[in-house]
Amino acid sequence: MTASDLVIDVTGITKRFGDKTVVDSVSLQVKRGEIYGFLGPNGSGKTTFIRMLCGLLTPDGGTGTCLGYDVLTQQAEIKRHVGYMTQKFSYYEDLSIRENLDFIARIYAVPDRAAAVQRSLDGLGLANRSHQLAGQLSGGWKQRLALAACLIHSPQLLLLDEPTAGVDPKARREFWDEIHRLAAEGLTVLITTHYMDEAERCHRLAYIAYGKLLARGTVAEVLAGASLSTWIVSGPALPALAVKLRGCAGVEQVVAFGNTLHVSGRDAATLAAVIASVRDPRHTWVQTASGLEDVFISLMDTAKDNFA
Amino acid sequence: MSRFTPHRFWAIVLKEFIQMKRDRVTFAMMVGIPLLQLLMFGYAINADPRHLPAAIRAADQGPFARTLVQALGTSDYFVLVRETASEAEAQRLLQLGDVQFIINIPEDFSRKLLRGERPTVLIEADATDPAATGPALSAVNALAATIFNRDLPGPLARLQAKPGPVDFRIHAHYNPENITQYNVVPGLMGVVLTMTMVIITALAITRERERGTMENLLATPVRPFEVIVGKILPYIAVGYIQVTLILLAAKFLFHVPMVGSLPLLYTVALLFIAANLAVGITFSTLAQNQLQAVQMAFFFFLPSILLSGFMFPFRGMPGWAQAVGSCLPNTHFLRIVRGILLKGNGLAEIAPELWPLLLFLAVAMTVGVKRYRQTLD
Repeated sequence: MTASDLVIDVTGITKRFGDKTVVDSVSLQVKRGEIYGFLGPNGSGKTTFIRMLCGLLTPDGGTGTCLGYDVLTQQAEIKRHVGYMTQKFSYYEDLSIRENLDFIARIYAVPDRAAAVQRSLDGLGLANRSHQLAGQLSGGWKQRLALAACLIHSPQLLLLDEPTAGVDPKARREFWDEIHRLAAEGLTVLITTHYMDEAERCHRLAYIAYGKLLARGTVAEVLAGASLSTWIVSGPALPALAVKLRGCAGVEQVVAFGNTLHVSGRDAATLAAVIASVRDPRHTWVQTASGLEDVFISLMDTAKDNFA
Repeated sequence: MSRFTPHRFWAIVLKEFIQMKRDRVTFAMMVGIPLLQLLMFGYAINADPRHLPAAIRAADQGPFARTLVQALGTSDYFVLVRETASEAEAQRLLQLGDVQFIINIPEDFSRKLLRGERPTVLIEADATDPAATGPALSAVNALAATIFNRDLPGPLARLQAKPGPVDFRIHAHYNPENITQYNVVPGLMGVVLTMTMVIITALAITRERERGTMENLLATPVRPFEVIVGKILPYIAVGYIQVTLILLAAKFLFHVPMVGSLPLLYTVALLFIAANLAVGITFSTLAQNQLQAVQMAFFFFLPSILLSGFMFPFRGMPGWAQAVGSCLPNTHFLRIVRGILLKGNGLAEIAPELWPLLLFLAVAMTVGVKRYRQTLD
C-alpha cells in the first residue's frame, strides 16, 4: 500500500472544547474506494472528527492529510474535493430542489452546470418535481437530495454523518446500494451510523467512544479482536435468571432477545464458571458467535471503566 | 486559491434574491416601513404648532382690548376657545389641558395705553412641552410691535411702538416658511435605510446559523468576502427602492424643494446603504440567534434616530452626545441629503461628510469579514 492510496491518513488527531477532550488522539487510515464505517455512541466525537477531516474544525493536535492535503493548513483545498453530508438537513428549505442543486453547482464551479444539475435530478428521480421546495420533502427524499447535492461536484471523498437516521428500511437499502456503486467507481466513503446492519455493509470499521478509537478493522477483525464469548440461554423463568446473572462478576451483558437471553463476557473461563454455577436443568445453554452490537457495547463499557 | 471568484459570489447573490422573493412578508415590510414612516413623520410631526386653544380673561372691553384679541385670533397661533371672567375657571382650564394659554387683559388696559403707561398683558402658558408653546410666544412679541398702529393715528402716534436702536433683518435661507416637512422628509431617508438595512442583514447570517445551513456553506470553498458581499448586494437594490420611494413622496406628497443633483444623491446613498449593511453583517456574526440580531439592530437604531440630528437639533445636544452622533453614519448622511436637496450642495460641499461615511464603512466591513468564521471552531 503506497501513501497515495490513502485518501485519509491522520495520526493523533485531538480536539478540545474548553477543558473537555472530545476527540483524543485518533489515528485513521482509509484507502481509495473503501467504505469505512465510523461507529460510536452519541457524543463520542464522531461528528467532531468528521468536521476536522473536511476543514470545518481545526484540530488542536495531531497531523495528517486528507486527499493529500494537510488537515491543519490546506482546509480550503480539502473543501473543494470533499462532499460532506451533515447530520441535520442543511440545504435551503425555501429553495426548490433544482435551485439548491444549482446553487451548490455554482459554488463549486461545476463545468456544464445545467447538464450536471439535470443529470443529478434524473438520477434522483426528481426531474418532474424539481420545482418543489426542499422544505416540503419527506425525510427520505431530503436525504436523497442531500446526497445528490454533495455529489454534484464529483468529489473524491464523501463524508456522511448519520445519513440514514430516520429513513425507512427500503430507502436505506437503496441508499447503501448507491454507496456501493459509487465506491466501485473509486469514490471513498466515510460514513457514521448507529445501525449494525449498516456497519456490516462497510468494508472496514472503526469504533470510537469517549473520543478514543477503541477498535478498527473488518467486521471479522473487530469481532475477533474483542474476544468476547456469548451464550444463548432459553427456557422458563428467564427474567429471574437475568437478574441473578447481572449480579455476577464476569458477566458483562445480559440482553433479552425474544424468548432467549444473550449472555456475554470478555473472559471465557470466568463466564463458563458462572454459567455452571447457575445451571438449571430446565434451561438450554448454547455458545454462539458474538454479534457486532455485543462487541460494541462491551467496548463502550470497558472504555467507561478506563476513562470516564 | 483565496482569491475572490465571481461564480461563487454570484451563486450567493442569486440565492439571496430567490430567498428574498420567497419571503413575501419581509419584502412587503421593506417597502411598507418607509411608507408608514413617511406618513407618520411627514404628516404628523410639526415643529411649528399653530391653532393652539387659548382662553381670554378680559377685564377691559374697550376698543384696544378688542383689537388685541382680534390680532391674536388672526395670528394663526391662537384659537380663542373660551372667554371667562373668573380667574379660578381660567386656571382650571389650563390645568385640565383644555387650553394652552390664558390671556389676561387688565381692567385699566385702554386707559393706561392712552396714557402711555405700557399696560401689562399677562399670558399664562401651559409650558410642559416647550416645543408646543415656544413659537406662539415668540409670535406674540412680534405682534405687540405692530397691532395698535392703526388704532393710534395722528397725535396718538407717539404711543406707537418705537423701533429699537438696531434694525435686525432676518433672512431665513433654504426653508423660509419654516416648514417642518422640508427638514423631516429628507431626513427620513437616513432613518428608514438605517432601520431596514441593519435589521435585514443582521438576520442574514444568523438565519443561516439557526437553520443549520451555515455548516453546509462553510463546508464549501466559498470565501467570507464572497458570502458577505453576495448577501449585501441584493439589499442594496432594496435600499435604492426605498430611496426612490421617499424621493417620490418628498416631491409629490410633501413638495420638498429639490435644488441639488439627484444623481449625486443616488451615488452617495450607495455609500450609506453599504455602511448600514456592513453594520448588519457584523451584528449577524456576533449574534447567537435571530432575536439577538434584532436587538442589536435596535441598539444601533436608537442613537441613529435620536442623536443624529433627525429628531432634535444636533447643535442643541451636549458635547458627548454630539461626539456619539458624529460616529454614526446617519448623522453625516442626514447632512448630505438635506444639503443636496434643500441647499443645492455639490460634491465639494458634502465632501467633509463623505469621509466619515467611508471610514465607517471600511471599519464595519473589516470587522464583519474578520468576525465571519470559516470554520466552526
